[in-house]
Amino acid sequence: MNKKDVLIRLNGISKSFDGETVLDDMSLEIHDKEFITLLGPSGCGKTTTLRIIGGFETPDAGDVFFGGERINDVPAYKRQVNTVFQRYALFPHLNVFDNIAFGLRIRKLPDAEIKEKVKEMLSMVNLKGFERRRVSTLSGGQQQRVAIARALVNQPKVLLLDEPLAALDLKLRKDMQNELKNIQHQTGITFIYVTHDQEEALSMSDTVVVMANGRIQQIGTPTDIYNEPENAFVADFIGESNIVDGIMLEDYKTRFAGHTFECLDGGFEKNEAVDVVVRPEDVDVVSVEKGMLRGTVTGVTFKGVHYEIIVDVGGFKWMIQTTDFVAEGETIGLYIEPDAIHIMKKSEFSGMFGDYSSFSDELDRLSDATEDEEE
Amino acid sequence: MKKKRSFFERAAAAPYMLWSLLFIIAPLLFVLYFAVTDRNGDFTFENLLSLSSYSHTFVMSLGFSLIATVICLLIGYPLAYCMSRTSTRTRSILMVLLMLPMWISLLIRTYSLMALLDNGGLVSTFLTKLGFEKLTFIGTDAAVILGMVYDFLPYMVLPIYTSLTKIDPRYIEAAADLGCNSPKTLFHVILPLTVPGIVSGVTMVFVPSISTFYISQKLGGGSFDLIGDVIERQFKNAVTYHTGAAISLVMMILILISVAIMNRFSDGEEDLIV
Amino acid sequence: MKWLSRSYMALIFLILYAPILVVILFSFNESGNLSSFSNFSFHWYRDLFRDGEALKALKNSLLLAVVSSLLATVIGTLAAFAIYRSSNKRYQRAMESVSNIPMMNPDIVTGVSMMLLFVGVTAILKINDVLGVWTMIIAHTTFNLPYVILSVLPKFRQMDRNLTEAALDLGCTPAQTFLRVELPSVLPGIVSGLMMSFTLSLDDFVISHFVSSPDFKTLPLYIYNQTAHEVKFSMYALCTLMIVAILVLLILVNVAGSVGERKQRKTGVK
Repeated sequence: MNKKDVLIRLNGISKSFDGETVLDDMSLEIHDKEFITLLGPSGCGKTTTLRIIGGFETPDAGDVFFGGERINDVPAYKRQVNTVFQRYALFPHLNVFDNIAFGLRIRKLPDAEIKEKVKEMLSMVNLKGFERRRVSTLSGGQQQRVAIARALVNQPKVLLLDEPLAALDLKLRKDMQNELKNIQHQTGITFIYVTHDQEEALSMSDTVVVMANGRIQQIGTPTDIYNEPENAFVADFIGESNIVDGIMLEDYKTRFAGHTFECLDGGFEKNEAVDVVVRPEDVDVVSVEKGMLRGTVTGVTFKGVHYEIIVDVGGFKWMIQTTDFVAEGETIGLYIEPDAIHIMKKSEFSGMFGDYSSFSDELDRLSDATEDEEE
Repeated sequence: MKKKRSFFERAAAAPYMLWSLLFIIAPLLFVLYFAVTDRNGDFTFENLLSLSSYSHTFVMSLGFSLIATVICLLIGYPLAYCMSRTSTRTRSILMVLLMLPMWISLLIRTYSLMALLDNGGLVSTFLTKLGFEKLTFIGTDAAVILGMVYDFLPYMVLPIYTSLTKIDPRYIEAAADLGCNSPKTLFHVILPLTVPGIVSGVTMVFVPSISTFYISQKLGGGSFDLIGDVIERQFKNAVTYHTGAAISLVMMILILISVAIMNRFSDGEEDLIV
Repeated sequence: MKWLSRSYMALIFLILYAPILVVILFSFNESGNLSSFSNFSFHWYRDLFRDGEALKALKNSLLLAVVSSLLATVIGTLAAFAIYRSSNKRYQRAMESVSNIPMMNPDIVTGVSMMLLFVGVTAILKINDVLGVWTMIIAHTTFNLPYVILSVLPKFRQMDRNLTEAALDLGCTPAQTFLRVELPSVLPGIVSGLMMSFTLSLDDFVISHFVSSPDFKTLPLYIYNQTAHEVKFSMYALCTLMIVAILVLLILVNVAGSVGERKQRKTGVK
C-alpha cells in the first residue's frame, strides 16, 4: 500500500482524562478499504482513539487528518464516518425502518430513495421483513444488524465499530465475525474495529494495531503480529507464549535456559540481553536423552485436541501443547526447532509476562470478563 | 472531561437563568430591601427592631407547628411502617390513597375539615346526641393544631415510607440473626436507617405549618394570630409593606437555619419527594 | 399483630378522607344544613352554574393553568437539558439549588416576595396596578418550574449517553439531536411535569392570594372569598367538582406515566 491510499492519519495524538494519560503521542495511518483493528486490554486507549476519529473527543495534542484535511475541529455530525456503538444505541422510540432511515432523513433524501436504500440494507444484513418491528422486540444479534445497517446506509467513507460483538454469545459472535467481513468486502468501506479479543482481531483484520498504556506496541498483519511479536506484551497478549530471558551470542545463535540454540534472528549486538518467545505448540516433547532441555511435568490439562502441560525447567515454568499424553511428575525432554524461536528486544514489559508458574485458566477468564466492562 | 459545548447547549439554559434571576432571586432581594427601608426609601433597622412586639406571635407559631410536627411524626411513622409491611399490591393502592389528598388544594381540605368540625356540623351533632355538652371546636388551639396535622400528615408519611421501603430486608434478617428481637431491630436498625426520611418529613410538615394563615383563619375562627396571619394582614390590609417584609425575612432566615440544622442529621441526603 | 396494623391504617385513612367525603356528600344535600343529610339534590350545583363569577373564576383558572404549565414545561425542560449536559459540577449544583428555592421556601414567602417585586417595579416605573393576569402567570410559572425540572432531569440522566452520540454520528446537529432523539426519550418525564404543573397551578391558593387582583380571580381565591364569613353549600359543590377534576388528572398522569415506563422497559437493552 502506498502513501496515496492513506485515508486517516493520526499525528502525535495525546489525550488525558482527569490528569490520567489515555493516549500518549500516538501516530497511526489508516488506509482506504482496509479492515484495521485496534486491539488491547481495557484502558489501553483503543476506544478513545476511535472516539477521536468519530469526533466525540478532541485530542489534547496532535492532529487528525482525513483525506489530507485536518479535522480536529470538525464536529461529529459533519464527519464522513459512522459508528456502530458497543451497546448498539438504537433509538427506542423508532422502529427498525425509522432507525435505519434516520441518517438519510437528516440529509433530507427523497422518500422513495430512502425506502430503496433501507430495503437494500435490510437484505444485506438479513433482516428482510423486519421494517415495522420495534427495536425492543429484537434479539441482541438482530439489534446488532440494525445498528450496522443504520451506519452503513449513509455510505460513510469509514465505519467505526466499538466492540460491536462484545454483548453477543460465542456462537453468534463467530457468525457475525464472518458476516462483518463479508459486508466489508462487499461495500469496500474502511472498517476501524475496536476489540480486546485477540482471536477476533486475528481472524477478521487486514491490519492489527496492538495497543497498551496509550501507545501502539505493534502494527502488522495478523500473521506478523502472531509470528513476529515485537515485545513481551504483544507476545503474551496474542496467543500463549513462553517468554524467557536470553542472551544473543551472535547472529542466529542464542542462549537461554542453560542451553545454546540456533535461531533465525540476527541484527542484535553481541551478548545483548533479549526476550525469547517460544509458542507452546512449537515445543516438541521427546525423551530425556533427545531433549535440548529437560523438565518435570507439574500440571496436565486435557483440552480436547491436545493436552496443555506445565513443565518446570530449572525453576521456570513452560506451557507446552502436545498431543501425546504425559503424566504429572514425569521427567521429559523438550526439543525446539530454530524456526520456533523468536527473539525480541528488551522492553518495558520484559519480565512481566510469559511465565506460567501461577497459571490458571480461571484467572484468565476472570480478567477477560473485566475487560468486557470497558466504558 | 473538557468538551466544547455547542451554542444550542449553552442557549438552552438562558431562558431559565433569566427567569430565575428576575422572578426567584430579584423578589428575595426586594424582601430584603423593603425589610431595611422605611416609607421614604431610607435605610433603617426600625422594621426589624419593631418585630419584638411580635415575639409572642413567633413563640406561639413555633409552639403550634412544633406540636403539629411531633403529632404528625407520632401518627405518621407507625402508618408508614404498617404500609411498608403490606404486600406489593396493597402497597400501591395505599400509596395512591396517601398521595390523593396531597393533590387536593390545601384550601379545599381545610375547608372540608371545617365542614366536619363546624359548630352544628356532623361531629358536634353526633357528640351532642351521645349526651355530651355542646362542644365548640372551631376557635380552639386544638382545632388549629388538628388542621395542621390533617393538612400535612401525608407529607410526613410519604418520605418516611419511601426510606422504609428502601431498607434492604437482609438488614432486618441480619439483625434478627445477630439476636435482635423485633423492638430492638426497630430501634437499632430501622429507625436509624430512616432518619433521612424523618428529617425530610419533619421539614415538609414544619415549614408549611409555621407559615400557614388560612388554617388559623378558618379553624381558629379568626381569633388566632400566627406569623402567617400577621404577614397576610400586613400585605393585604396595611398601607406599607415594610413591616411585613421584615417579618417574612426573619421567618425565612429562621426556616433556613432550622432546615440546615435538620439536614445535618441526615448526612446531607436530600430526598425531596413530591 | 396484623389486625392491629390493619385497623390502624384503616382508622388514619378514614380520618384523612372523612372531611372530603362529607363535603362531597353534603354538596348533594337538599337542605342548607350540616348536621344531617335530608334529600339528594343537585340544586347547589345549579346555583353554582348560575353564578357568573364562579364561571369566570373557572375560566381564569383554566387559562392560568394551561399557560403557566406550558411555559414552565418549555423553560424547565430546556433547563434540565442544560443541567444534564453541563460537565461543570458547580454550575449544576447552582442551577439545582436555585430551582429548589421556591420549593423550600414557604408559599407565603414566595407569594409575598413576588408581590413586593411587582409592587417595587410598579413604584419604579410609576405605573399602577400591575397585579392581574400577567403577575399570576409569572408567579405560577415560577413555582411550577422546579417540579418540571425535578421530573425531567432524572429522565435525561437515565438516558443512554450513546443515543446522543449515535444521533450526532448520523449527521444531526446538536439542536436536531435534541428534538429528534433526546426529547422523545424524556417525553414521559415532560408529560408528568406538565400534568403536575397544571394541577399545582389549579390548586394554588397562597401564592395567588398575594399576586392577584380583584378582577382576576381563580377558583381557590373565589372559594376563599366566598367562605370568609359563612358556610356556602354551593362552594361544597365547587370543591367537589375540583376534587373530581384533580382525580381525573391524576389518573391521566398515571396512565401516561405507566405507558411511558412500559415503553422504556421494553426498549431497555438487556
